[in-house]
Amino acid sequence: MILLSLILILLVGGVSSWIVARRHTTAARWIAVASAGANLAVTIGLWIANTGRSQPSMRRWLEECNFSWISQFGIRFHLALDGLSLALLLLTYFLGIVAILSSWTEIRQRVGFFHFNLLWVLAGITGVFLAADLFVFYLFWELMLVPMYLLIGIWGHERRIYAATKFFLFTQLSGLLMLIAIISLAVLHQHATGVFTFDYEHLLNTPLSPRSARLLMLGFFVGFAVKLPAFPFHTWLPDAHTEAPTAGSVILAGLLLKTGAYGLIRFVLPLFPVPSRELAPFMMTVGVIGILYGAVLAVAQTDIKRLVAYTSVSHMGFVLLGVFAGNEIALEGAVIQMISHGISTGALFVLAGLLQERMHTREISQMGGLWETMPALSGAGLLFAMASLGLPGLGDFVGEFLVLLGAYRANIGLTAVATLGLLSATLYGLRFAQGAFHGPNVHHWSLPDMRLREWTILGSMILCLLWIGLYPQSVLNTLRPSLAAMQQSTFPQEIVRR
Amino acid sequence: MNAADFVALLPLITISATAIVLMIAIAIQRNHKAAVIISLIGVAGAAASLLLTASEKPRQITSLLVLDSYSRLYMAILLGAAVFVFLFGYDYLKRRHERPEEFYLLVLLATTGAMTLVVSLNFVSFFLGLELLSIALYSLIAYVRTESISIEAGIKYLVLAASSSAILLFGLALIYAVSGSMDLSQFAALMVRPTGSANAASLLTGLMLVLTGAGFKLAVVPFQLWTPDVYEGAPLPVTAFIATVSKAGMFAFLLRWFHVHDGGVAGAPGLVLTVIAVASMLTGNLLALLQNNVKRILAFSSIAHMGYLLVALLAGGPLGAPAATYYLIAYAATILGAFGLMSALSSSRCEAASIDDYRGLLWRRPFVAGAFATTLLSLAGIPLTAGFLGKFYVITAGASQSRWMLLFTLVVSSTIGLFYYLRIIVAMYSQAGGPGTDGESSTQPLSFAAILALTALTGLIFLLGVYPTPLWNAITAVTRDLG
Repeated sequence: MILLSLILILLVGGVSSWIVARRHTTAARWIAVASAGANLAVTIGLWIANTGRSQPSMRRWLEECNFSWISQFGIRFHLALDGLSLALLLLTYFLGIVAILSSWTEIRQRVGFFHFNLLWVLAGITGVFLAADLFVFYLFWELMLVPMYLLIGIWGHERRIYAATKFFLFTQLSGLLMLIAIISLAVLHQHATGVFTFDYEHLLNTPLSPRSARLLMLGFFVGFAVKLPAFPFHTWLPDAHTEAPTAGSVILAGLLLKTGAYGLIRFVLPLFPVPSRELAPFMMTVGVIGILYGAVLAVAQTDIKRLVAYTSVSHMGFVLLGVFAGNEIALEGAVIQMISHGISTGALFVLAGLLQERMHTREISQMGGLWETMPALSGAGLLFAMASLGLPGLGDFVGEFLVLLGAYRANIGLTAVATLGLLSATLYGLRFAQGAFHGPNVHHWSLPDMRLREWTILGSMILCLLWIGLYPQSVLNTLRPSLAAMQQSTFPQEIVRR
Repeated sequence: MNAADFVALLPLITISATAIVLMIAIAIQRNHKAAVIISLIGVAGAAASLLLTASEKPRQITSLLVLDSYSRLYMAILLGAAVFVFLFGYDYLKRRHERPEEFYLLVLLATTGAMTLVVSLNFVSFFLGLELLSIALYSLIAYVRTESISIEAGIKYLVLAASSSAILLFGLALIYAVSGSMDLSQFAALMVRPTGSANAASLLTGLMLVLTGAGFKLAVVPFQLWTPDVYEGAPLPVTAFIATVSKAGMFAFLLRWFHVHDGGVAGAPGLVLTVIAVASMLTGNLLALLQNNVKRILAFSSIAHMGYLLVALLAGGPLGAPAATYYLIAYAATILGAFGLMSALSSSRCEAASIDDYRGLLWRRPFVAGAFATTLLSLAGIPLTAGFLGKFYVITAGASQSRWMLLFTLVVSSTIGLFYYLRIIVAMYSQAGGPGTDGESSTQPLSFAAILALTALTGLIFLLGVYPTPLWNAITAVTRDLG
């Protein structure tokens, strides 16, 4: 029931915020913060309650809720929480609050509808991270699209309609292919066992012929690769990230991309262990291509948001590499990378939003020497750029390091090439920091430095990054049991070796 | 025929009697309100008689008609759609200051025709119902005589429908010449598993010609040419009628004809229908991209939706007929909502058909725009709406029979389709500006009837999208009666 209430709080909060905004916009903003905050509190509560349990392997799930829904097709409203979902939910609500706070002064029109959409996206993402029934999963998967589409399309920048439509079409096409794969899996399960069901746990051990397993896996993979985004499917991302309002970019980069990675870990690996093993070298290659391609393109960008968007392609390449590397270290690294990338990239988008609000431009060439006029903001910018390029002590480093460590065991050549991505990362990170903040103030900007609200947002994000960077064990403890379970089903030999 | 037969036939009798009563009433005294009330009472009576006989066993009346639970379900769908057409029509005609009474008469007659299609078990009664439907539609399409576009649409429909009827008649003649029978059940097996007997070729030709007539009414490629013009030219309530009652009646007949429990439609008919389905899905969605008129967009989208329906029909099996029926109900509710909203937004001079009429609607009238966006998202098949579950059932039916080619076409074409639905949604939330946005449509309040009907339809779209269990159970029970 707790899990259902997480979704309901957001849905109800969204509607009430819309209604209240007709009278009082600030109250609507506070309602939005309160709903996301309530969820954050509940999730932290769940986390604390479950950290004591060192060996929850007796039960697969920490929390569950399960109702019958469309009984003729064996569809149940089944939500379940394990360590992986818990960690990603924490990230969801944290970034949700960040997104609301960062649009406090940016969004002045249609405030109620904005927060309605924002909270409904969060509700959709919550559902995606919790669904333990493939039909319900697809439902939430699609459901988070519509409000996201509206967020980009209504409150975005110049080419918002183009970007929003492209985003929707890409994800919808890949989503429908995944739907066919989901339904086919259920049908094949019925042929094999006589039971028509969409339940995750039942479908886990569906006997499949090698050919159909491979096709179904590709169906799922396309759905997740577009969201991730993996290399050839990434073209929607720079447009959508650049045109979205700050909150939209934060949620897109911080959370929506993670749903793709989550899908790979939760569904592709355990549901299709054999083809996952077979295709792992191919998937890792795609990941490495993404790392290099995103990093190289990021170096060439002049628009801050576009630059950060391409770095996301690069960082998500690490996630893909880690997921298919076939050992637990790399998988844990991939999840750490997801979480810390969510925070560091989210912070960079917040920063870009702050700069745009003050300077009305996102071009790096228009900036320069901002340290003189905004030392605090520039310092934070430097820190997040360092986090993004993988400076030890900050979250991203841990993720990338673990991924490379694990991938090295699987494929030395690919890992060596992937390391080159870190080199380009240094290039774009330093170029961004230098071009925007250092040097002489040639354009003679004189701008207000960070306000209290902005300090709160960026300060808490810095703390989170430091925490993950310095003491990742606390997060890993939460993740380990559930990741180990998924790992075991796909790459059993690795477990034996460790 | 005995008394029990008459009881079973009550729904059809009630509707036809209502038409006659209305005709007499119009002759005595023209009164718009009375006309709509008589029609609604008639429909309610027919629906009540459906409920009365709901639990009865299938009853065949002569060799022409059969009253089983399947036909009762489809008659209920038709009557429900007719009620909404009346409600929208009442509002619309009152605003346009036309002579409104005959509208109800014609709709009643056309509904009778569609109901005859649903219950027919024989090509003779099929043709009778088809003509009754078509002839009423000729005049309905050209109902607003002051609009030249309506007259043009009416004539276009007349010419094309008459030719397709002629082709269909020729097909019937061929069938009768070869087999000496017009009984539907004789040909069901042939369509599914064609045998190599000597007469099979000419019989098959005849059946294909009959399919032409059916395809014309469903507006599937290549018989779709009339659709955009007629949708655009016809008054909005009539467009809603064509999109729902006329197509549902014809589809019910096709489903009865082709339904088999094991396996789907195969052989030459299967190939022909597959080509038709694929071409309809792609053509409809691609051509809709080029349109700027919402009625034309929905016309092309209806071509695509009929293609989706054919996927379920072709898949067959235990899931095919229920999936098709569910999809049809979802589509009917959705498209009635869409055309109803457009009709409610139309001014007394012109219909709200251009995309520009919807610019900024979300900010002027959030509830109306929300309802319209709901119908569009349901047409696009986004979760929580009826359209999504309809699509889910169709894909499940297709996947369980391994119709991969059809399914991939469905996926690709519905993604293309999403693009033009999004265009309308974009228009609704973009800033109002330019001429025509601050006209009558932005200010005039909706009438009580329209609010009632639209609330019911929007509620139905969500209900069917969230809680399909009761309807699905009813449909599966009912389709077990088939073949």
